[in-house]
Amino acid sequence: MSQHISKQFDNELDNIRGRVMAMGGLVEKQITDALQALTDSDIELGQTVITNEPSVNSYEVSIDEECTQILARRQPAAKDLRLITAVIKTITDLERIGDEAEKVAQMAIYLTEKQGTKSYYVGINAMGNYVSEMVRDALDAFARMDSAAAVKTAAREPESDEQYAAILRQLITYMMEDPRSISAVIDAVWTVRSLERIGDHARNICEYVVYFVEGKDVRHLTIEEMEKKVNPE
Amino acid sequence: MQPNNIETEADTVTRDTPTHAFDMSGLTQNDGPMVLANEAICLHVDDLNLFYSEKQALNNITMQIPEKRVTAFIGPSGCGKSTLLRCFNRMNDLITDVDIRGSIKLHDNNIYEKTVNVAELRRRIGMVFQKPNPFPKSIYENVAYGLRIQGVKSRRVLDEAVEKSLKHAALWDEVKDRLEDNAMGLSGGQQQRLVIARAIAIEPEVLLLDEPASALDPISTLKIEELIYELKSDYTIVIVTHNMQQAARVSDYTAYMYLGELIEFNDTNTIFTKPAQKMTEDYITGRYG
Repeated sequence: MSQHISKQFDNELDNIRGRVMAMGGLVEKQITDALQALTDSDIELGQTVITNEPSVNSYEVSIDEECTQILARRQPAAKDLRLITAVIKTITDLERIGDEAEKVAQMAIYLTEKQGTKSYYVGINAMGNYVSEMVRDALDAFARMDSAAAVKTAAREPESDEQYAAILRQLITYMMEDPRSISAVIDAVWTVRSLERIGDHARNICEYVVYFVEGKDVRHLTIEEMEKKVNPE
Repeated sequence: MQPNNIETEADTVTRDTPTHAFDMSGLTQNDGPMVLANEAICLHVDDLNLFYSEKQALNNITMQIPEKRVTAFIGPSGCGKSTLLRCFNRMNDLITDVDIRGSIKLHDNNIYEKTVNVAELRRRIGMVFQKPNPFPKSIYENVAYGLRIQGVKSRRVLDEAVEKSLKHAALWDEVKDRLEDNAMGLSGGQQQRLVIARAIAIEPEVLLLDEPASALDPISTLKIEELIYELKSDYTIVIVTHNMQQAARVSDYTAYMYLGELIEFNDTNTIFTKPAQKMTEDYITGRYG
């Protein structure tokens, strides 16, 4: 974007963008750490994720505050206004992704302590990698202000829903085969549910990127409708 | 815009010479009429060009001003917004060496026809300026002035008109006990509302406001803005303002002008959240210059 007459305003916006990326980086690490804690039965790493969670929250609070100050003092318009609204919404979704990562970490600790069978972690791990990549790509699209990349990333969200359904079917089979596993498997179900939510939040972030870049509201649309709205031809 | 396909050799040679700080290619001047589809139109501006002796101040302006709506003109100093505003009640006639081509129609009548009675036109299209300019008379006489010169003598008719206009201009409660006081004793914000009361006393159709609040403090400014909001149910209002937030607050439609051209005209929400032209975006986000 070209420069404002007010350099200070440019600095403030750059600073906010930078801090959203920093928050995104932290959230990404929370997801991968939580997944690793799960697959490696690493209680310590799981604890680290839980310890770091408040940092994600404080990012949300402080970025929110900075956005409010910009609204009050700069009265941004057009693209600047869209950036601020997109940031305010993005950090809410990032914070929720952080919450989900914490839940996965808690389950990792719990499942490790219960020493449940690990055979069903494979699918969970693959799905975890899938949604954490979505988060990374959504943040990349945000950093580059790339609406095409945002649409492409959002388009991967239905696949995570399918993975969720598939893993759920698999977990139900385990429960039917061995009722003693039910308690542990239900915990695994919560984990998969968290991952599915992370995919949804990543898609939301992509939608905010499209709004910020194109000025088009693509929420609550199917992927096809979304693509059509961004590229009308 | 001029059609680009008519090129002489000379044009081809000189085309690359930038005449503007911004890329002006591909501009669509007439974004307006599309959004105005459901509006009754009060003023039709058609291919208006204005020259101050040699200097062209307005370039091919074509736009429609919707009836009983607030239309704001924004743009940097010297972009022609006040010039255009003054065209609507022929204030530019008072300046020598002005050449105006094209037409402005109030409903169906071209206001630049030779047969037009300019005094009558200015009764129908009233104007308020940046600096409040009450007459050095009483508050009452200021508001009654327009009616008196129209020959109204009945005290009852004048009393009613003064009260109604002052109420309409949200000034009545502040001055009703001192109508015979000199208007020059009012505060700046009150004077500006008095001038608006004077303008609406003669029941115009259109109110032209040229920076009506720029000399006022924030509270008086908000009162004027509130007044504009109230007045639009009865009048077509066109406002020129340097304060973009004011344009965003009070107007239904916004026109962005630059170097005598109408760059973009659209509903205010669109202009301030998603302008179509990069030049408009740069201006309203403070990137102009």
